[in-house]
Amino acid sequence: MPTASTSHSTFDPRHHVGVHAERVSNVSSTDFPGYYPDEDHSWDLDQFNQRLKVKVQRLSGRSIEFDLVGTDASIANAFRRILIAEVPTISVERVYVWDNTSVVVDEILAQRIGLVPLNVDPAWMDTKETTNDQATDRNTLVFRLKVACERNKNAPKGSTDPREMYINSDVLSSHLEWEPQGEQATVFASSPPAPTNPNIVLGKLRPGQEIDIEMHAVKGVGKDHAKFCPVATASYRLLPLVILNPEKPVPPHLAEKFQKCFSPGVIRVDPQTKAISLDEQNMRKESMSREVYRHPEFEGCTQLARVRDHFLFSIESEGFYPPERLLPESISVMRGKIANIRRAAEALLADNNNAGDVVMADA
Amino acid sequence: MANLGEEVNEWEHLNRTNWRGLGLVDPIKSVEDKWLLLPAFLKVKGLVKQHIDSFNYFVDVDIKNIVKANNKVTSDVDPRFWLKYTDINVGYPDRTDLDAIDKSITPHECRLRDITYSAPVVVTIQYTRGKSVVRRPNVNIGRLPIMLRSNKCILTGKNEAQLARMTECPLDPGGYFVVKGTEKVILVQEQLSKNRIIVETDSVKGVVQASCTSSTHGGLKSKTYVATKKGKIYLRHNSIHEDVPIVIALKALGIQADKEILLLTAGNTEAYKSAFSANLEEAAKLGVFTHHQALEWIGTRVKVNRKVVGPRRPAWEEALEALATIVLAHVPVKGLDLRSKAIFVATMTRRVLMAMDDEKMVDDRDYVGNKRLELAGQLLALLFEDLFKTFNSNLKSSIDKVLKKPSRTNEFDAFNTMQFQGDHITSGFIRAISTGNWSLKRFKMERAGVTHVLSRLSFISALGMMTRISSQFEKTRKVSGPRALQPSQWGMLCPSDTPEGEACGLVKNLALMTHITTDVEEEPIVRLAFMLGVEDISLATGTEIYGPHTFVVNVNGTIVGLTRYPTRFVSNFRRLRRAGRLSEFVGVYINHHHHAVHIASDGGRICRPMIIVESGRPRVTSDHIMLLKKGVATFDDFLRKGLVEYLDVNEENDSYIALYESDIVPTTTHLEIEPFTLLGAVAGLIPYPHHNQSPRNTYQCAMGKQAIGAIGYNQFNRIDTLLYLSVYPQQPMVKTKTIELIGYDRLPAGQNATVAVMSYSGYDIEDALILNKASLDRGYGRCQVLRKNATLIRKYPNGTFDRLADAPLDENGQIQKKYDIVQLDGLAGVGERVDPGDVYINKQTPTNANDNSFTGQAAAVPYKNSPMTYKSPVAGYIDKVLVSDTENDQTLIKVLIRQTRRPELGDKFSSRHGQKGVCGLIVNQEDMPFNDQGINPDTIMNPHGFPSRMTVGKMIELLAGKAGVLSGKLQYGTAFGGSKVEDMSRILIEKGFNYAGKDMLTSGITGEPMEAYVYFGPIYYQKLSEIVVAYLSSSLNSSNLATEHMVMDKMHARARGPRATLTRQPTEGRSREGGLRLGEMERDCLIGYGATQLLLERLMISSDKFEVNACQECGLMGYNGWCTYCKSSKRMAQLTIPYAAKLLFQELMAMNVIPRLVLDDA
Repeated sequence: MPTASTSHSTFDPRHHVGVHAERVSNVSSTDFPGYYPDEDHSWDLDQFNQRLKVKVQRLSGRSIEFDLVGTDASIANAFRRILIAEVPTISVERVYVWDNTSVVVDEILAQRIGLVPLNVDPAWMDTKETTNDQATDRNTLVFRLKVACERNKNAPKGSTDPREMYINSDVLSSHLEWEPQGEQATVFASSPPAPTNPNIVLGKLRPGQEIDIEMHAVKGVGKDHAKFCPVATASYRLLPLVILNPEKPVPPHLAEKFQKCFSPGVIRVDPQTKAISLDEQNMRKESMSREVYRHPEFEGCTQLARVRDHFLFSIESEGFYPPERLLPESISVMRGKIANIRRAAEALLADNNNAGDVVMADA
Repeated sequence: MANLGEEVNEWEHLNRTNWRGLGLVDPIKSVEDKWLLLPAFLKVKGLVKQHIDSFNYFVDVDIKNIVKANNKVTSDVDPRFWLKYTDINVGYPDRTDLDAIDKSITPHECRLRDITYSAPVVVTIQYTRGKSVVRRPNVNIGRLPIMLRSNKCILTGKNEAQLARMTECPLDPGGYFVVKGTEKVILVQEQLSKNRIIVETDSVKGVVQASCTSSTHGGLKSKTYVATKKGKIYLRHNSIHEDVPIVIALKALGIQADKEILLLTAGNTEAYKSAFSANLEEAAKLGVFTHHQALEWIGTRVKVNRKVVGPRRPAWEEALEALATIVLAHVPVKGLDLRSKAIFVATMTRRVLMAMDDEKMVDDRDYVGNKRLELAGQLLALLFEDLFKTFNSNLKSSIDKVLKKPSRTNEFDAFNTMQFQGDHITSGFIRAISTGNWSLKRFKMERAGVTHVLSRLSFISALGMMTRISSQFEKTRKVSGPRALQPSQWGMLCPSDTPEGEACGLVKNLALMTHITTDVEEEPIVRLAFMLGVEDISLATGTEIYGPHTFVVNVNGTIVGLTRYPTRFVSNFRRLRRAGRLSEFVGVYINHHHHAVHIASDGGRICRPMIIVESGRPRVTSDHIMLLKKGVATFDDFLRKGLVEYLDVNEENDSYIALYESDIVPTTTHLEIEPFTLLGAVAGLIPYPHHNQSPRNTYQCAMGKQAIGAIGYNQFNRIDTLLYLSVYPQQPMVKTKTIELIGYDRLPAGQNATVAVMSYSGYDIEDALILNKASLDRGYGRCQVLRKNATLIRKYPNGTFDRLADAPLDENGQIQKKYDIVQLDGLAGVGERVDPGDVYINKQTPTNANDNSFTGQAAAVPYKNSPMTYKSPVAGYIDKVLVSDTENDQTLIKVLIRQTRRPELGDKFSSRHGQKGVCGLIVNQEDMPFNDQGINPDTIMNPHGFPSRMTVGKMIELLAGKAGVLSGKLQYGTAFGGSKVEDMSRILIEKGFNYAGKDMLTSGITGEPMEAYVYFGPIYYQKLSEIVVAYLSSSLNSSNLATEHMVMDKMHARARGPRATLTRQPTEGRSREGGLRLGEMERDCLIGYGATQLLLERLMISSDKFEVNACQECGLMGYNGWCTYCKSSKRMAQLTIPYAAKLLFQELMAMNVIPRLVLDDA
C-alpha cells in the first residue's frame, strides 16, 4: 500500500501530467519546482528527505529498475544524461593493424572493436588528457587480437556449417587478449581486463585469412563517442495513473473491453459483478497506449495521468559497471560537477573585486 | 409460411442470373497466390529478358539470315572463282592471349583486365581452288562482344556456387557487354512502328496524311505519304521529285479504270466518293488515262541515281522500277504484278478519305501499340550486316588483287586471303559499342549515344538502366504528346519511373512483367490465315473489300485477304496460338473502326502475360498454383497449356481484362496476374506507392538510383572508377513483393532508421534532418568510397619502357614522407594509409620515350619520375592493388583507394517516398527525446514535410514498420495491397502502443514530457551519393584542411583593383580580382527605397566616375574648359558622369547622332 505521503503526492492533481487523447497537459512543474504562489513551500531538508524515495523494483545481472520519487524532472534527467554521456568507461581507442586479410576492412574492424565493452574499472585508470598524451600503464590498456583461420581436419563429413568446417571462422570478442604493461599485471591481477561479452562477432574469417592487430584502450566518456557509454539504455518514464470517474462507472457488459484497453493487470474485473477496480500495485505496468480514449463508450469513464515526480528508471548496463552501481556513479559525477561550479563560483566571488572578464575553468 | 418461402424462392430465382452453373451472387472462388506466376515468369525470363532474348535471336537466327542474304563473294577478274558462306556460328567467349593454355575466361576477368568479353564468329566456307571446290569449316572472321547471361555467355545456367567461383553476382541481371573493361548497355530505343499506316492531321494547314515507313529485311527504309494538298490527294515519296496525284499513282500501279480506282479508294460511300472525284478530274486534266501514260508521267519525275553507266532506260521503265522496288518496299511484289501494292496505296487513300470525313479516324502516334522497341540484337544485326558487307567487299578486292596477277607460284587459296583480312569486324563491334556511335552509311543510320556505361552506383541503378527505354524524339521539341502518360502504357511501361526535367516522359522504363517480341516468320502465319478461311485480296474488288460485313486481314501491316467472320477467325486463330501451333508472341486483334483484322508477328512489340478467362472462369486454378508451388510446373507449362498468354498492346485493347477475379463478368476475356506489375522494378521498391501523390513516386525512382548500398555479391572484387558502398546495409522492414523478386532484400541500399516526426532545434527547417550522434558512432549511414587509379606500364615503339621504382632516398639517406607507403616493387602496400600528396605508384618513364630514332640499350636510358600521387584532401587506404596485362601486352596497374565516411552535416538522405533532406544537425544522444522504452530516434524529421508532399505511404510505412518491429516480422507494403493499416494498428495496440503510432516522448534536454504525441517508428532511409555540402563540418580534424581549402577556393573580396580598359568599370570575376556587382534587382531595391546617394556612390563614384567638361552653349563635351565646337571657353561647365556614359555619347557621335547635354543647376 502506498504510504501516506506518497499517496498524498501521487494523487495530488498538482503532481499530475495530464494524458489526453491528443495532447499532454501540465508537462512542466512551476518555475520553481515544488513551489506554488501564496503557499509556503520553503525548502526543508527533512521534508525533502521524507519525500525523496529510491526503491529498487528489479535487479538482474545486467539491468536495474528502480523508482525515484520526489525530485524534479531536471534532477532525474541530469542523472539520465550523465549516465549516457559522462560516466567514464574504458574502450579501445586506437587500433594498430599489422595484418588484416579478412573481408572486414581495417576501419570497420576498428570501429567494431571500439564498440566492444570492456570490464575494466575506470577508477583504476587515468584519462589521457589530450590525444597526443604519452601512453602509460596508468592510462592505456593494450590488447592483442591475433586470429588465423584454417580448415578443421576433424570436421564431420559433408558439413556445411562454417563453424564446424573451419577453426576460427568467427572472430569473437573473446579473441581479444590483454597484454599487461608495466605494473598492470599486479594492479589488474584480481580481474584481468577482457570484454564483458565474449560472444560479440567482430568479423568472419575463412581459411588463409588472418587478423593481427594491437589495440589501445583508454578512458573516455559517452559524449565523446557512443563506445564510452556505460549503458545500453538509461531512461525513465513517469508513473502512470488511471483515474476512474466515480460519476460514470463502466457498464458491466463493457467491463472486459475496458480492461483490454489497458496493459494486463492494471484493471481488475470482478468475475461476478463485472465491477471495475484498479490494481494499485500494477499501475506501473500501464503502457499509456491511450486506447481507452479511442472508444466513445468509455468517454468520461476515466482519466489518464502520470505523476510528475515519480520516475520509473530503467538502466541496462553493458559495460563494466554492475547495474546497481550506475546511479551512485552518476551521482558522484554530478557531485564532481557541483564541486566544480562551487569552486568556480568561489573564484568568481574572490575575483569580483578586480573588474574584468572572468575566465571560466574547463569543466 | 410456405407461401412466403416460395415467394422468396421466386425472388431469389429472379435475382439469380444463372450462368453456366454459376450464379452472380455466388462467391467467386479466388485463385490464391496467383501472383506466384510472377516469380515463375521471372525465373524463366529474368529481369532483363528483353535484352537477352533479342541478343539470342541475333546470334542464333538473325546472323544466319544476314549471312544467307550476303553469302557469295565473286571476283570481277576470274569469273570462275566464287566463295560461299554456308554457315555461321558464334562461339563461346574465350581468351585471346596467345600463350594461354586455359582458354576459358570469365566476364569478371575482362572487367578487371580492361579487355573485351567476346566470342569468335566462325563461318563455314566453300570456294573454288583451281578446279576443285573446297569446304572449310570454322573459319574465324572476327569476334563479337557477348552479352552477359545470353545463350553464348558462360554464366548462363550456372548456379550460385558456380557463379561465386567466377566472382560473379547471382543477382546481377546481365544483358550488358563488357568492352575494354567497361560495362556497356545498349539502351532500348523507342520508334514508330514500321510498315503500318499512320494517319495524321495537321489542323493548322488542314492537311491529312497517311504515312508508312517501309522497312524490309535488307535494311532499306523509306517513307511513303499519301497526303492531301488543296483538297486533292497525292502520293509523296523521297525518290520522286514531285507529288504524284493519287489517281496517276494508282494507274501506274496497274489499276487503269477510273471506276475501279473509285471503288478501291472510296468504295460505295457517297461522302468519300464526292471527296475523291476531284482527283479523277485532275488525272484527266493532266492527260493521264492509261497505265503507260501514268508510268511515263512518273518516270520523268523519278530521281535516278545510277552509278552503272549503260544505255538510258525509258522513263516508264524507271517509274516501274521505282514503284516496284522503292515505293512501299515492304509490300511483296511478284514479278511485275503490282496489284497488292496498288491495294495498299488505295487503302492508304481510303484512310485519308476517312480522316477527311471524320476527324476521329486519325491514328495516335503516341499510342504504345504504334510503337516498336529496338533492342541490342537489332542494332547489332544492322551493325553486323554493315561490317560483314564491308568485310566481303574488302575480301573481294584483295582476292581480285591476287587474281589480277598473271602468274602465281602456287595455287590461289582464298582462305589465306581471308586470314589476312584484319580485325575489321572485331574492331567495328568494339568501336561501336564503346563509343555508342552507330554510323552505318549503308543504311543511312547516324546515331550517337546508343550505348551507355552501366551505372553501378547502386544495384537499383544498374537494374533501372537495363529496363530503360529512350525515345528518338528530340528533347527540345515543345510538344506534350510524346511526354504524356498514355493509357495504353498500362502494364507495359512504368507510370512512375521517368526522369524529371528535359527527358521527362521521353525516357521510360519497362514494367515488371513485360516482354519485347522478336521477329517471327511471317509466311506460315499467312498460310495459316488462308487455311482459316481468309480470301486472297488480289481476287477482290473495292466492292468486296469495303463491303459492310467484310473485314480486311492484315499481316504485319500488309493486306493479305478478306474475311466475313472476323470474330470466328480471330478466336480460331487464338485457339491455335494457345494450343502452341504458332509462336505465343503472334498478336491478333480486330480493329472495328477500320473493319480490319490485324495479325502482328514483328519484333519490338511490347507484350505481357495474362491469365486467360473462359466462360467467366480463369483458366488458372488453385491446383495449377499448387503445382507451381511444388515446383512441378513452370511458367512455360502454363503457356503451353493455354492457361496464360501474351497480349501485345493492340490485342490488349481488343480484350476485356479483369483486374481482380471478383470483377469477372461473362464478357471478360482475361485476368491480370497481379496489379502491382504495372510498376517497374525501380518503382516497385516504394512501399504503399498507391497512397502517395504520384510525383513523389517519380522522385523516389530517381533517388533510388543514387542510394548507397550493396551493389553486388562481387562488390569487394570489383575495381570500378568510383564505387559507393554502405557498411551496414539492411533490408527494409516494410518490403514489397517486387523487392523480393528483384533481390533488393539481398542487395539493399539503406537502413531502417527510427524516426521521430517532430520539430527539433530549428536546424530541421526545409526538410533538413536531425541525426543522433550515437547512432552515427554505432555505424548508421556509414559508407565507403572506393576509387580506382589506374596506369599502364608501357612499352614504347623505340624499345624503351616504363618502370616502377622503389622509394628514393633524400640527402640524409631517409625515405621522404610522401614515399613512405611505397614498397620495394614501387607500389603502395595494401592496407597502407594514403595521405594527401603521397605517392602510391612510383612510375618512371624514359625521357626519350617518343624518340623513334633511338636505337641504344633500353636499360641504359635516363628516366624521369612520373608517379601517381594522391590528390583527395581526405586520407584514404589502399584497398587493392592489381597488376595484370591488357590484350596488347601492356602492363596494367590498378590501385583501389578506399575512404570510409561517416555522415556529416550536409549529407543527403531520403526515405523511399521522394522526400530527401540534408543533415542539418547532429545531436548527442542524451539530448535526443526518448520514449517510455528508452528508445531514442536515429533521425528526427520535421512534420512540415508531410502536408504539401502528401506522402501518406511514408506514414503507413512507419506504422507497418513499427508493427513489424514489435511483432518480429517483416511487413509488406506492396502496391495495391500490402499489410493493412487496420492490422498494423491492432498489432500496436496488442503490444501496448497507441493505435495511431504516436508515442509519448520525453525531452532529452528538459527531462519533461512533451506536450504532443510524436509519430515514432522505423522508416527505411537511403543515403544518397550526391553530397550537397561537402566538408562543411569542421568537427573532424582531418577535414579541417579540406574546409580551409574549400573556403580558400571560394573566398573573394575587393576594395580597389583592376578595371576594364574600355569602360573603366571594375573587372568581373574572382580570377581577375573583380568587383562584386550591384545588379539590376539590387538597383531596383535601392530606387524603391529612395537611397539616391547610395545609388550614386555604387553606380558611379565607386565604379567609373569621370569628370567631363561640357559646353552649355552647344551641349557637347569639350576639354580643359574649352569647347572645340564653339571655339570658346565661355560657358563651359564641369560635371561628373559615368565613363560608360561618356563612351556612349562618343559612340553616338561616331554614328552621326548628336547627344546634347542640357545642363541645369540643381
